Amino acid sequence: MSAEPILTLSGVRKSFGGLVAVDVGHLAVPRGQITALIGPNGAGKTTLFNLLTGFDRTDAGRWSFDGTDVTGWSPHRLARRGMVRTFQLTKALARLSVLDNMRLAAREQPGEHFMRSLIPPLWRTEERRVTERADELLARFKLDHLRDEFAGALSGGQRKLLEMARALMVNPSLVMLDEPMAGVNPALTQSLLGHITALRDEGMSVVFVEHDMDAVMHLSVTVVCLAAGAVIAEGSPASILANSAVIDAYLGQRRGQVTGA
Amino acid sequence: MSLGKILEESTRTAVGIQAASYALACVGLNVQFGFTGLVNLGHVASLLMGAYGTAIVVDKGGPLWLGVVVGLLASVVLALVMGLPTLRLRADYLAIVTLSVAEILRIMVGTRSFRGLTNGQQGIQGFADGFFELNPIPRGRYGPPLDGLKFDERQLWLLLVCWSLVALTSLLVFAAMRSPWGRVLRAVREDEDAAKSLGKNVFAYKLQALVLGSVIGALAGVMLAFDRSFVEPKGFESAVTFIFLVIVILGGAGTVKGPWVGAMVYWFVFQFTDSFLRDVGWVDADVAAIRRLLAGVMLASLVIFRPQGLFGDRKESLIGER
Repeated sequence: MSAEPILTLSGVRKSFGGLVAVDVGHLAVPRGQITALIGPNGAGKTTLFNLLTGFDRTDAGRWSFDGTDVTGWSPHRLARRGMVRTFQLTKALARLSVLDNMRLAAREQPGEHFMRSLIPPLWRTEERRVTERADELLARFKLDHLRDEFAGALSGGQRKLLEMARALMVNPSLVMLDEPMAGVNPALTQSLLGHITALRDEGMSVVFVEHDMDAVMHLSVTVVCLAAGAVIAEGSPASILANSAVIDAYLGQRRGQVTGA
Repeated sequence: MSLGKILEESTRTAVGIQAASYALACVGLNVQFGFTGLVNLGHVASLLMGAYGTAIVVDKGGPLWLGVVVGLLASVVLALVMGLPTLRLRADYLAIVTLSVAEILRIMVGTRSFRGLTNGQQGIQGFADGFFELNPIPRGRYGPPLDGLKFDERQLWLLLVCWSLVALTSLLVFAAMRSPWGRVLRAVREDEDAAKSLGKNVFAYKLQALVLGSVIGALAGVMLAFDRSFVEPKGFESAVTFIFLVIVILGGAGTVKGPWVGAMVYWFVFQFTDSFLRDVGWVDADVAAIRRLLAGVMLASLVIFRPQGLFGDRKESLIGER
């Protein structure tokens, strides 16, 4: 690990009634790299996402982002700081155009202040700049032909792409993708993986949740395996595949012939 | 009465002070409900604040302008009181709280405990003189050559002011909704969590929408109070809020012209039914019941057949959640 980690957690715990959903003793997310969070259903991947991004409250623990303790920060404050997330069930803003979905995500638009919004000269220039950037990203994600459609008219796969492109409008340093590949066809999976790799190449740090081990095998990523709320293994895809704890908790269930009868 | 007379009467009502003040109130409600997705079931309380604020200040000897300012400020306080505790919670909490607060306020201004200020159930009258003293229009009857469509200088003055306020506030809403600020409001309506994840302080935007809508509602309350130069608790029953909702949906929620189109159509249909039923010999009580029934049927059929309203964007309304 070259630089300081972008995100470090210690002692993050959350339980729902008697069920301990998340109990992560220590975890460091490397900067400028891709981290895949895998684990069986109910392992606490999404809950951990919700906690770290401020959408849910922890029972205990602290975490810091980019050197700042951000424990308990609200979602919008974290996003403004450069930590942006997507959702497992895509949240396209249906009755906004694709372009407006993109423009909304821009971080420093003075026209989002009520008084200033009434005086267009105060925000027109920024709006033009934002629109330009949105168009670039839409072209990169091959959504440019849908620019003026309502986001609600997009297919499931296109929504996944839009959500990822929209997250980039925030200019994040850490992108957290919750199952970006869920429910999309194999061709699109490849293209999404390509986009994720591109984010890393541009210097962003990426964390994504995935429960298909095969999807992450060929990426150069750090894999963090979660089971029953706890981190049970961490390392390269190859080392994870060989890890006995992972096989017992997760992979073994699928590859019956390996752990065997 | 001939059909011509009935139509004349209906048209008069459709451009009259009822329609104008309801349109104004609905411009406010539309900011909250149509653009931001806030379910405010107590909008009538904002009107009450505007109306009673003005009436009380003038009644106690204050100047008219101060009364209006106090009324508007009271509506800001009302919005904060309703919004601060509820806007962080799920949407239905706002609905419950606004409905109850509106009822509590209406009952409160009618009780003996506040009689010194509000004069209880009798209400306050005679506070609008200052407003009509500002009237620059000379005495006379104005309007097209149809007798039923003429307004005297008092009515015309009030209509001019009220419809101008509708135009001004609509313009404000138009400008605001086309701006990045309005875009955030619409995003909040579509999906709060998505807006949050993109760095928008959803709570603050909802509160702003609630306050803005409430102030516009208070202006409508002031206009209604001037019209009759009289306020009483009975004028602020919750049924009025539901009529506002019918109007907003009728005209097209989340559109700029929705409120005034809705208000004019609503009052036309209302007056038409009213005049027609009386013409064929129905008595007051029955007519009143039928009017309520009509409002309900209108709302139900709109939601079923034209959820986008009479003039809303059909394409937009077809976009559903997947």
